[in-house]
Amino acid sequence: MITFQHVSKAFDGVAAIDDLSLTINQGEFTVVIGASGSGKSSALKMINRLLEHDSGRILFVGREIRSFKPEELRRRMGYAIQSIGLFPHWTVEQNIATVPDLLHWPRSRTRDRVTELLETLKLPPDMYRNRYPHQLSGGQQQRVGVARALAGDPDMLLMDEPFGALDPVTRTALQHEIARIHDASGKTIVLVTHDIDEALRLADRIVVLDRGHVAQAGTPREILSNPANDYVADFIGRSDVGIKLLGLYTVADCLRPDEVVAGSPIASTASLREALSAFVAQRVERMPVVDEHDRPAGAIALADLLRLKS
Amino acid sequence: MTARHHVRPAWLAAARDPLAWSIAALVVLVFGMNALRPLFAAAFPELQRPVFQQDSFVALTLAHLALVALSSAASIVAGVSAGIFITRPSGREFRPLVESTVAMGQTIPPVAVLAVAAPLIGFGDAPALVALALYGLLPIVQGTVAGLESIPASAREAATGLGMSRQRVLWRIEIPLAMPVILAGVRTSTIINVGTAALAATVGARSLGTPIIVGLSGFNTAYIVQGAVIVGLLAIVIDLSFDRLTAATLPVVE
Repeated sequence: MITFQHVSKAFDGVAAIDDLSLTINQGEFTVVIGASGSGKSSALKMINRLLEHDSGRILFVGREIRSFKPEELRRRMGYAIQSIGLFPHWTVEQNIATVPDLLHWPRSRTRDRVTELLETLKLPPDMYRNRYPHQLSGGQQQRVGVARALAGDPDMLLMDEPFGALDPVTRTALQHEIARIHDASGKTIVLVTHDIDEALRLADRIVVLDRGHVAQAGTPREILSNPANDYVADFIGRSDVGIKLLGLYTVADCLRPDEVVAGSPIASTASLREALSAFVAQRVERMPVVDEHDRPAGAIALADLLRLKS
Repeated sequence: MTARHHVRPAWLAAARDPLAWSIAALVVLVFGMNALRPLFAAAFPELQRPVFQQDSFVALTLAHLALVALSSAASIVAGVSAGIFITRPSGREFRPLVESTVAMGQTIPPVAVLAVAAPLIGFGDAPALVALALYGLLPIVQGTVAGLESIPASAREAATGLGMSRQRVLWRIEIPLAMPVILAGVRTSTIINVGTAALAATVGARSLGTPIIVGLSGFNTAYIVQGAVIVGLLAIVIDLSFDRLTAATLPVVE
């Protein structure tokens, strides 16, 4: 859906993006991660032409993005940022309706879309529709920010550290919402973050940027099991790579369906990271597993965690 | 101790409103100055004509208001346009030039501006309008620039990133958000112009300054008082009206 071909960009002679080549596939949740100054935000802003690239080509649905009118390009790409940027003089409804209004949607269609998005993002429409941004908490404001980015039913969603300023509980809740929205809509999402846990939680594909070029790109499992260089290894954290790797699998991946053991059960949907924690906390080597309806589904053994194929 | 306690009759609310009082006082003085002749005769017994008669105060007030309205309208159009221009990427280079030029206009005393304008443009309303319009520019340019710069960068980035055109960002986001600060500049400018328009009488423009100038040159203190009190009331009424207008344009109550 988006292809960077040997793209470079310099600010005052200093290269921010240096010969960047990258493909973002349709329907994929891509997380771009890197240290400060790695060029991750710049790369994102080039996609919707808030920054223009100096050289190379950036293609959107096969066409060089410079052949699009910037406004039209941006209306096809939702945009959510860390500082949210809600318009303080507009109500929640008016804020969300920004892009539908630009696209001249009929009033009733816009209204239905606002209602739908408020429900999706767990803001009861009757209660929040007519509020102003300053009457919302930070987490609620970012929910509105995400709803506004999605409102015009864009081809893709660009998110620049959207949850970076939120407290951990609110951040986890919103990560969960965006993952759900991605699963339900199949939208292409590009999210920039410096939080490796956020990247591992959300990404189909992680792109690690270092000084303006790709240090490594791959699935979370690939990145964790085979870091391409020291920068990537440092970035994902050397000391707890194993724990992070376990976080990418669920109990169902290690299930012994026919075994029956006693003890307090763990859900098959829990991550192996949670399972490890439960093994240690309960001082056991085996425990029973239940499915999502709390029916016995088998058992899991501590030793199985070592036999995972990465 | 019921809800009745909180109900205030409309007349009481009006009676507590300084704007209502100021307007009432202004109307009484503008239309009824002749009725106050005995008062001025008693206060200034040495004067043969204790109330200004060359022109009616109604006509002087209207002329004064016309001067202020025309010059302020010109200041607003020029000042807001300049303020918008020098905050755009294309006009940013002109910002120091515009700001120092406008500040210079403000530094020169209004009498001097009038004195220079009169021989260049002639006597009468024209030099007065030019001088007033120039003199009122600074607060408006400053207010416009300050208002536009107070807008959170995130709102501008989001608006652009969502696909608004520059024009739309300006008219739908920037100007509404900057409006309270722009209005504060317009208010300062207009109040300055109400006072400065009195000085315009020195170059032959008819205004509420006329009785003051005539009084000063003819040692008639009563004329000076009459002109000065009405100008003062006019400034208060306009200032309080801006209060209401500003409150009405504040879209979000913080």
